[in-house]
Amino acid sequence: MAEETLLETVRLRKEFGGLVAVDDVDFIVPEGSIVSLIGPNGAGKTTFFNMLTGVYKPTAGRVIFAGQDLTGKPPHAFTERGIGRTFQNIRLFKNMTALENVLVGMHVRLKGRLLEAILRTPRVRHEEADARSRARELLEFSGLRRKDEEIGKNLSYGDQRRLEVARALATEPKLLLLDEPTAGMNPQETLEFTGFVGKLRAERGLTVLLIEHDMRVVMGISDRVTVLDYGGKIAEGTPQEIQKNERVIEAYLGTAAVSS
Amino acid sequence: MRRRVASAVSAAWWAALSRLGLSRHRWQTLPRLTRRTVKAVVWVGVGLVLVAAFGVWKTSALAIAAVVLLLVVPSYQKLTIGRFRVGKWVTPAAAFAIVIAYPYYLNSMPQVPIFGPFPMLSTMVAMMIFSMMALGLNFVVGYAGLLDLGYVAFYAMGAYMAGWFASDQFSAQHLDLGAVGLSQGWIGFHFSIWLVLPMAGIATAIVGVIIGLPTLRLRGDYLAIVTLGFGEILPQVARNGNSLFGYNLTNGPEGITPIDGPGFGSWLHTHLHLPAEYLTLGNYDAVFLWTALALVALTVFCSVRLRDSRLGRAWVAIREDEVAAAAMGIPLMRTKTWSYATGAFFGGVAGAFYASYKSGAFPDDFFFQISVFILCMVILGGMGNIWGVIFGACFLSYLDREGLSNVGTWMNNHLGTHVNVPLYEFGIYGAIIVIVMLFRPEGLIPSSRRAAEFREGVHDEPLYDVEHDERLYTPEPG
Repeated sequence: MAEETLLETVRLRKEFGGLVAVDDVDFIVPEGSIVSLIGPNGAGKTTFFNMLTGVYKPTAGRVIFAGQDLTGKPPHAFTERGIGRTFQNIRLFKNMTALENVLVGMHVRLKGRLLEAILRTPRVRHEEADARSRARELLEFSGLRRKDEEIGKNLSYGDQRRLEVARALATEPKLLLLDEPTAGMNPQETLEFTGFVGKLRAERGLTVLLIEHDMRVVMGISDRVTVLDYGGKIAEGTPQEIQKNERVIEAYLGTAAVSS
Repeated sequence: MRRRVASAVSAAWWAALSRLGLSRHRWQTLPRLTRRTVKAVVWVGVGLVLVAAFGVWKTSALAIAAVVLLLVVPSYQKLTIGRFRVGKWVTPAAAFAIVIAYPYYLNSMPQVPIFGPFPMLSTMVAMMIFSMMALGLNFVVGYAGLLDLGYVAFYAMGAYMAGWFASDQFSAQHLDLGAVGLSQGWIGFHFSIWLVLPMAGIATAIVGVIIGLPTLRLRGDYLAIVTLGFGEILPQVARNGNSLFGYNLTNGPEGITPIDGPGFGSWLHTHLHLPAEYLTLGNYDAVFLWTALALVALTVFCSVRLRDSRLGRAWVAIREDEVAAAAMGIPLMRTKTWSYATGAFFGGVAGAFYASYKSGAFPDDFFFQISVFILCMVILGGMGNIWGVIFGACFLSYLDREGLSNVGTWMNNHLGTHVNVPLYEFGIYGAIIVIVMLFRPEGLIPSSRRAAEFREGVHDEPLYDVEHDERLYTPEPG
């Protein structure tokens, strides 16, 4: 696989007071791949994610996306360049309809400015109508057909997860970050979701980076797996390599599991 | 009872129709628009007959008019002509017409129990101006969810813009741009009010941006405290501005007065019969009311358009969940600053108009209380809902101007007390707010979305991390 590098971190580090949450991690996501980030609880995965989307500013190190150094930029700059994300604990705009949620996601791709919005110029009217129809398509693509007028919080758990993905897709990302997308899903939903992620890459040409705990998901769809423990990267490789890696087994099951 | 009246009325209606050769069946084959129009005409006819029978604007006629309005207007809300949804404008248009006609029927209005007479025209003008300010604050508090305790600063800025550009404050200058009602050779800037209003709005919006840039990085309580600070700074500058580095900018505690009255000038007066100068008119309160109403209508228009736009969605998204909004690509600072500037714009226009109505800008008008007062209007009416905010503004400014003293007089006369009710004004507003917050925290006429947020709360976590602040770090459960 000779792909271009889409996302790269160089010695990325995050300290909270004396605690090192992410410890000098070098990391690469090749374009068009599905990469998983795994690790025991508290390993620093979400902190790492938050630095990749600008929510946290790294203490040291750099984040390079599609050849541009985005270190220290605000979150919207990351989104504008093409990084979309979902959240570990669903963070929809709960009191907006599904359609409005997706429309908010399109914010960076729309142009309507204050005065144009007041005057409702033909350009803005056209843009809004266009955005609405694209939003409906996205909802349908994400399996939320005929749910556009539902209020976010009234959707079922699985639908809320799907809406989060639809909202992230609305930002027209090149790289989609999914933070534990299958958490709380039953095996059937998980299976469907795994298929959906594959479809994202196949039909939309997306690169996907996901944090995941469900090993069947990770081993099933990932091209590469990176393992974090205590903030540091302890292993990297194909799913098969990771499954056999002793440090990984040790991190998950303790030293006793390895020596016995 | 109500059903029996309704069935009697409809029986009479079908009887009358079949006399005219229209059976029930044939009537229903007519286009909907025609049926609606016929019905509306009949209703208006009934109203006119009743008014003629009972004499103009007598209480009973008034009651019937109110009943007709309440029954008929809502049934036209879904009306569409072609692809235009006319129906949604029916209620606002009716409200608009009622206010426009107010000066004509005010004198024949009956006394209301406890509250006494209907508000005077000058009170109505104040109610309109406060509506506009409350709608301006609604951009910040209602839409974007940012607590602003210093809104009075924008009001002051607008008023002083009118003071500077429509009075003889700057005696060293002389520039006359469309001013009316002045003798030749006056000193200072004298701009037409129609220039001063947008100028005041824009200048205030710029001040809003200047205040907003350092302030809006803060969140929640911190933001409220800093805006409170700015709300105190600007009026203090006005109060002590009679020698800013030796220059008299604001005329200090005496304020700037007189400020030129509004008007259209003699050319428009002769050609279009618009009033040349408001202050020389016999019914100048009425003209001020109409002008204020036009300004309110403009504010409502902008509120509606912005609410349904990309920017409005971004404001609501920020209000609901800042982190998610940022992750969806909404630039937080810029978007918040826009809401602040938009709110400031309307505050400034309202301030300038009020100054020209009162013919003066006095620093004592710009106390912290006014900020809280306007905030109360927004909270009482229902944050984020345009009609709720207007209701809150009208109700509270009415209480402030007349209501409380009327109620006090009634109380003293009927209950034998000797209480000067208006003295307890702010205590009473405080009590109103406490009661509203306890029993209906979303306000009297809330937006549905905001009501839900109040019942459930919204995400409020720090977005940008503060270095070395461990409170902000919660290890992720996953």
